[in-house]
Parts: sequence; structure tokens; C-alpha cells
Amino acid sequence: MRRRPLRGITSAIGRWPVARQLTNAGLDDAAVSERTRQLHSRLHDVRTVSSICPYCAVGCSTLVHVKKGQIVDIEGNPESPINQGTLCPKGADTLQYAINPKRLTTALYRRPFGTKWERVDLEWAMDRIAERVHETRERTYVDRDERGRHVCNTPAIGFLGGAALDNEENYLIKKFCVGAGIVWVENQARI
Amino acid sequence: MGSNFAECHPVAFRFVMRARETGAEVIHVDPRFSRTSACATQYVQVRAGTDIAFMGGLINHVLQSERWNTDPFFKEYVAHYTNAATLIERDFRDASDLGGVFSGWEEDYYCPDSWQYEGTQRVIHVDSQYKEICEMLSTQGQGMSSGRSIGGPPPKDPTLEDPRCVLQRLKRHFAEYTPARVAEICGVPEDRFVAVAESMLRNSGRERTCAIAYAVGWTQHTTGPQIIASAAILQLLLGNIGRPGGGIQALRGHATIQGSTDIPTLYDLLPGYLHMPTCLPIDETLDSYVWNEGGATGHWAYTRNYLVSLLKAYFGDAATPENDFGYEFLPRITGDHSFMPMFVAMHKGELEGLFLMGQNPAVGGPNAGFVREALGKLKWMVARDIFAIESATFWYDSPEVKDGTIAPEDIGTEIFLLPGATVTEKDGSFTNTHRLIQWHDRAVNPPGDARSESWFMYHLGRRIKKLYESSTDPKDRPIQALTWDYPTAGEHDEPIVDYILREVNGFVWAPTWDERKQVTGFAELKDDGSTACGCWLYSGVHPGVNRAASRASDDLYISPGWGFSWPSNVRLLYNRCSADPQGRPWSEQKKYVWWDETRGRWIGEDVPDFPVDKRPDDPGDPEAGGLAALSGDSPFLLKPDGKAWLFFPFGMKDGPLPTHYEPWETPVPNLLYHEHDRDPMTKVWHIDENPYNGIANEEFPYVLTTYRLTEHHTGGGMTRWNSWLSELQPAAFVELSPELAAEKGIAHTGWVTLSTSRGDVEALALVTRRMRPLTVQGRTIHQIGFPWHFGYAGLVTGGSANVLLSMVADPNVSIHERVLTCNIRAGRLNGNGGHP
Repeated sequence: MRRRPLRGITSAIGRWPVARQLTNAGLDDAAVSERTRQLHSRLHDVRTVSSICPYCAVGCSTLVHVKKGQIVDIEGNPESPINQGTLCPKGADTLQYAINPKRLTTALYRRPFGTKWERVDLEWAMDRIAERVHETRERTYVDRDERGRHVCNTPAIGFLGGAALDNEENYLIKKFCVGAGIVWVENQARI
Repeated sequence: MGSNFAECHPVAFRFVMRARETGAEVIHVDPRFSRTSACATQYVQVRAGTDIAFMGGLINHVLQSERWNTDPFFKEYVAHYTNAATLIERDFRDASDLGGVFSGWEEDYYCPDSWQYEGTQRVIHVDSQYKEICEMLSTQGQGMSSGRSIGGPPPKDPTLEDPRCVLQRLKRHFAEYTPARVAEICGVPEDRFVAVAESMLRNSGRERTCAIAYAVGWTQHTTGPQIIASAAILQLLLGNIGRPGGGIQALRGHATIQGSTDIPTLYDLLPGYLHMPTCLPIDETLDSYVWNEGGATGHWAYTRNYLVSLLKAYFGDAATPENDFGYEFLPRITGDHSFMPMFVAMHKGELEGLFLMGQNPAVGGPNAGFVREALGKLKWMVARDIFAIESATFWYDSPEVKDGTIAPEDIGTEIFLLPGATVTEKDGSFTNTHRLIQWHDRAVNPPGDARSESWFMYHLGRRIKKLYESSTDPKDRPIQALTWDYPTAGEHDEPIVDYILREVNGFVWAPTWDERKQVTGFAELKDDGSTACGCWLYSGVHPGVNRAASRASDDLYISPGWGFSWPSNVRLLYNRCSADPQGRPWSEQKKYVWWDETRGRWIGEDVPDFPVDKRPDDPGDPEAGGLAALSGDSPFLLKPDGKAWLFFPFGMKDGPLPTHYEPWETPVPNLLYHEHDRDPMTKVWHIDENPYNGIANEEFPYVLTTYRLTEHHTGGGMTRWNSWLSELQPAAFVELSPELAAEKGIAHTGWVTLSTSRGDVEALALVTRRMRPLTVQGRTIHQIGFPWHFGYAGLVTGGSANVLLSMVADPNVSIHERVLTCNIRAGRLNGNGGHP
């Protein structure tokens, strides 16, 4: 709030808490301590990023507030013509979806017939997955079926996606499958 | 109908409530009384799975009503914008004449020759067996659609009086759907049904419009697509399509479930609803594909432009005129490769490796016990998710392992469980339920080994390309040819997602990104390989600037500057219908898009979903083909005749008109068609692990329907690990009526066990007046509701409703049925009763 610069002594008396109480003017910042002045909401000094709720398909806009590389809050975007700042319980929970102690953060591996997860290096896992795709494709690729029809597909590998993946991610999945000849490609969009 | 709008899409439901505050009538027709019902002005409880009987009743009531027959608005709209006036072949016979099937029924498939417009023929180019096409393909877009119509233009009767015209066929078909029949089939009192019909009539016309909203309560039936079709017919008859406040709103359930249909990870589609080629001769070459799929008139006449541009985006310089632009690289589908057959193939060991990316079928798949068994037969699986979902932990955590049926040591699946990134940790776009593409920015980096799916696919693709780099085997050419040149950034070499969207939008082909010039829309796409476009329908989303990220919010009516809506930023589809055939607004109140004679173009609130300078009195030039073939009063540009279809000459596998069939599992026979209780083309899987309860099985006398809660999401993979939401909905429960509870000795909050032929599941009982017994065909029918979010992992656990469901699917799009029959008893699975 901007204050007028010069009101002199009248102003000083006017800001005296007793005078303010008598004149019903409220307490004003004269009653605010230095400590209080140093306190801020957790959204003070945040970087705010525009996002979309990942749950249902209404497409509510969210504002993601970030401080020191950490998300500190997620709220509805009041500018959005769709949600106008509001969110439902799931939307309001996006923060806990992102910041959650139960989240997976390391690559895990279970051997065939194994009884436990093993922590593995992500690059190792990626290499091994690529080998599995390669090996399965080499072994099962069908150029022509038993009736001589041009099939050129890899029938032993499937992709099953959720509908919270981005459009661009889906684009890459389908493109990859077309290249590799994978035809079992499905998404939650059907069921 | 078919939606619990208030609880499943609560933020959007605010607009319904606002409309109600300004006088709108809100009608909720549903098996369960929910918060949506509580907010409605009329609530009608129906038996689950009888939607076509109800909708058919509305159609019949409208067609018989005085208002519809006296207000000239309806007939003017219908005569010009639909195929109501078109005559159908002479030898067409209705289901009411043939006991529940239409003419062309060949005992296991339809030959739709008699469904055609008079004088036209559906011709399939290249020698293919029609039966083979019908049998092999599962989807709406294929099979019955293959080929193109030859002959015509068909005769029309603008008076709509000819008994062979579509409108009269429609009238005849639905004549038996009387209020009395609706009452008997749906369990709805006649007066309640008539009140709904009268309300819709009252609120339709020049000055008023009605909208219908539905969700998976309509799609997940053996008759799902036909239920939606019945809504389309009703809305077209009432003049409610393409006009503000009208339409049919599909309330889709996931952030980009619309996007994942448009840019599909579905087996039968390529981006932009181009069909995946099959192994049949019709799809052998680019020419035969385009001939059969393209059509001569309407938007699909440009199929070659869209497909060649897609091939160019996929294969770049390797796509040349000499190799049909790489058309030969496309793998061919050989049957139904959708969700349920995928698990059947997995169970048989035919499918060895699975990438599971953000779906939880161990909870969310019908016949979930079978799904888990199938997962255990895979050789390898890559599961990518945020949490350790049931589908990744089934090998040590499932009920089957816990009860000793199977041990981890017996399950040979090699599993990679890789952490995914949440929406806030990546750039990308979602397409919401009204086709609005909205960009989200990355706020922070994902933790630890967590990565986006873009990162995963990009780097997997890079590795696979490397493995095949030096191959000379022709089968490896598609992998080598695939363009995979996305720039990367950051410490993990994350692909820059903006470039993927640029490719989706399309550009003038050039070898490097620097030289590529973005196109501004799909009209610029060429069929000569000079343009590349990943999804023609999305063209315009990134014409050099990312319009999905646009956030102009000054106009709160249709907000054209907020995001980008396909096609071409049109917000209201078929908006040509908002003007009369002469191009004038139907009324001042419902003015939206209209013809401006002085400027010689369509103008209004929205981007016209129509050629902008095509005059309303343009007669169309059939010789010209494409959009030029259509007349100025033909708003439905995707249809070859430019008209919305009240009768489907092709496209639907199970009949040219929606017909009431009972659900696959039902307590009663079909009252309308005695010879066919159920949709005769229903897809079934007769395997030991998937038995069906059948019709009127005394062992399973109750109707069960599954549904969602506000606080959980689908199979729970995104919510059951969150303490706030888990606290709000901490347990699996079923809703049942006090009458049924008394009959079965079930106490409120006590344990119950539900059973079907597939399995048994326990849950807590919520005994509530929200569920009421219905009187159907003279007997009492009890219905039970069961939320399907719960599983055995996460912060809250509970019985999975999907263990009870069978694998059974509709013939058009292979979606399972969520309505079934079951039994219920007091007590827990292991036989103990009592409270939790």
C-alpha cells in the first residue's frame, strides 16, 4: 500500500494504536512487528509454472509454484475459462501425486521366477529392454502369414498405455510401434 | 445419461449448475441416485443396460408428438442437415419384421447391401471376401466401412413422406418403443418417462436447445456405440446439433483420453483416424487403401494427402513416390488386437513381451483375475508408473499369491519397473474432453531415475535403431527409415517436446529442422511427399508458435484464445447448423455462425466449421469431388453426402439403426425382439477362465453396475497412494437397497461377498435408499453398484470389482460391458461374517 509522504505529526498521532482504536481506523502496520514483517506466505518468491490437471478430461488449468527446485504448492488457475481457479478433490491433490514418499524413484528389476525386486542401473535396464525387444522381434517377426498375406508385423510384443500420457508421448509410442512392426498397441482410451 | 457428472467431472458440472440457476431443466437418468441426481430437476431411475429402449422411446415420442409435427423448424433442420429424406433400398427389412435382426443377417455377420441408399452400392475394390473383412476387423471404422459407395446420387423425398425414406424407416423402427414398453423394460413409471420426453421437446426449437452428456456409463456396453447413435438421432431430430447449448458431450475420463484417440496408441488407428492397414488385399497398396478408405466426396476425399504426409513424417527421405512413400513399411493388423484379445493372446503365450505405460489392468481390466494370470505368462514386461501398482507387483502381492494358488517361484515373467514422471515434471500437451489441446510446462525435474515417456521412447528407439543399424534385411528397413531426429536438452538428454508437436502439426518437408517451415493447417497438406504431418487433424496447433500454450482469457463465451481446439480451432463442431439453410441465424438468441452476404463469407462467434466462402445456396458439384461436391446446406463434412445420418448405410456392424438388446448377462429376456435377446454380433471369448452367467440365471439374480468416485481415479494407480484422497475414500464398498439388504440379511457397514461365474470379491455394504428395487416385466429387480477403484496395493486396499466382470465386447469398437448379473451374500470371502 502506498502512503502519502507528508502528513507530519497528525499522521504520526493518527497511527498511534490507541488513536486508531478510538477512531475505529483499525490497527495498521504500526502494530506489526519486525518479525511479522519478515514472515511470508509459502508462495512468496516462487516461480509459477502453468500446468494442467492429470486426472479427468475436463482440463483444469493449474499453477505450479516452485521454490528452490521444489514444488511448494499447486492450485487452480483463476485465468482458466474452464475451472476459473477451482479444482475438485483429485485436482487439489496433484501436489501429493507429485511429492509423495511412496513414489518410485529407482529402476527395479525382477528376475524370472525371482522373489524380490533388485535395484538396477537405469542405463543397464534400458539396454536390456532394447535387447529383449530385438531378440523377441528377431524370433517372432512375421513377413507373410500362413495364407501368404503380407503381414510384416511383430506379434509377440504389446504396448498398453494409460490416457494420462501426453499427446507427444503417444505420438512417439505409435511411431515406434509402426517402425518395429508392433500391432498389439492399446490404450485406456478403449476401455 | 450414462454419467454421474457431478461426481466424476465436478468442475465442469459447475456450468450445469449455473444453467440451472438461470432456468435450465436438468434431467438425470441413471441406475443410481447420485449427487448428479440430487442436483437435477428430474431424476429417473432405470435398469442398467436398457438405454436404447429409453432413448428409442424418446425418439418415438418425439416423432409422434404434436409439437414436432407442427413446428416447421424441426422438419426444416432435419430435411436439410440429415439424411432423413434419402430413400433406402427396396429390400431393406427392419428388425421389427425379422425378430431382432435386420435384412442381410447371415447368421454370424451382416451383409449390408440392403441398408444402402437406393441406387448406390458399397463396392470393395480388389478381390476381398466381404465375410472375411467383417470377421477380421473389429472397429467401427473398418469392416463395414471398407469400400466406397458407387452410383447415385440417391433419390430423395423432401416431403419426408415416402415410406422408404430414412425418416419413415426410423418411425417404423421405433414405433414399438412406446411409453408402456419403456416402462416394462427399463423399470421406469410411464409418467416419469413422458415427463422427460416432454421436457426435451419443450426445450428444443429455434429459441432453445438441449444438450446430452454421457460418459462410460454409455460406452461400456455390448451396445455402446449404438447407444451413442441413439442420442445422435434424438438430438438431430430435435435440431440440437451444431448449435450453441446443444450437442452431445462425451465426458471423457482421463486427462488426454481424447488425445490418445486422436493421436492413438490404439491398434486399429493411425493418427487422425486413418485406419491401420490390414493384411487383406484391400490394403495391399497405397492406391487400394486410399480407394477403399477415402471416398470421393467430403473430407475423406483427401485421405491420400493426410496419409502421405504422415508417412513422410514417419519415414522422411525414405518415403518416396517409388515406394508408395513407405506405405509398405506399415505393419498389417491381422485381427482384433484390442485390450481383451491382447490378454487372451498373453494367456496363451503368444504375446511374450509387454510395455505397460501408465495403466493398471490387474485392477482395471475386466475379469481381473484372468488378467493377472495372463501377466504371469509373459516372458518379460516393462512397467512404467509413478507408484508400484498391482500390475507390477502381482507376482508377490496378488490375492492368488496370498492364498497360495500360485507362488512367485512359479511366475517366470522378467519385470522392469521404471519410475515415470508426473505432469508437473515434463512439457507436453493434453487434449481434454472438448477437443481442447492445452500445453503444460515442466516445473521441476523428475526425481532420481524417474523419466518422462518421451525420454523412454526416444532412448529406447535410439537403442533399437542402433541394434539394427547395419542390418541389410528388408524387414528392418522401417526401423532404419524411421525419423528419430528430435533435438535433446538437459543432463538426461530429454527430447525437446516442442519439436514433436511441430511434427504433429506438419511442415514443408526438409531434411533438417532449421529448414522445415511449419504449415498453418491441414488444407496445406499435399499427397506428393512435399509435406510431412504427424496428425492432420491437429494441423494448426503449431504453425510456428505453440497455440496449445496460448492463454488469452479475455472472452469468457467460447475463449478462442485459450489453447487450440481441433479442427482448426473450431470450438463448436458442425456449427454451420446454427444457421438455417439460407444461412440466417435460426433466432437472435441462438445466433452463432451465419452467412454474411456482403462479405461473401461465413462469420460469427466461432471459426466456421465449413468452407468459409461456400454460399448457403451452393448446389455442390459432384464431379468436383471432395468438399466442392457438397452443397451449401451440408454441414457434416466428414460424411460423403454431407448430411448427418439418422440411418447408417454403413459403418456400424450390428445394424443400421440402434436396437434394444439386453446386456450379455441379464435377468430378463428381450421384450421387444423375442428371437434375439442380445446383440447377435456381440464379441465373446469362450475360454475356461471366462465363463458367462447367461440369461435369467437364478444363481446370479441381481444386476451389478460399476462406477467411479470423486476421490479416486480409474484403477487407483494415481490416487490410492495419496493419503489425502485415501482418507476420504478408505474402503471398497457396494451400494444396495434396504429391501435387498433385508432379504439377504445384510447390515449397513457389514461385510458382503459378491460372486459371478468369474470370481468372488468382498466389500463393505452401504445400504442406502439411493438404490431402489425396480419393477421390470412384472418382477422385482435389485441393482447393486460397485466402485471399481480398489486393489491390493497402496494406502487403501479393497476388493476389485473387475474380478467379477467378464470379457465380452461390443462388435463395433471392442469395449467391454460394465453391466452384469451377480449374487450377493452377507459375510466375508472366507466365510466369516461380522463387521470390519
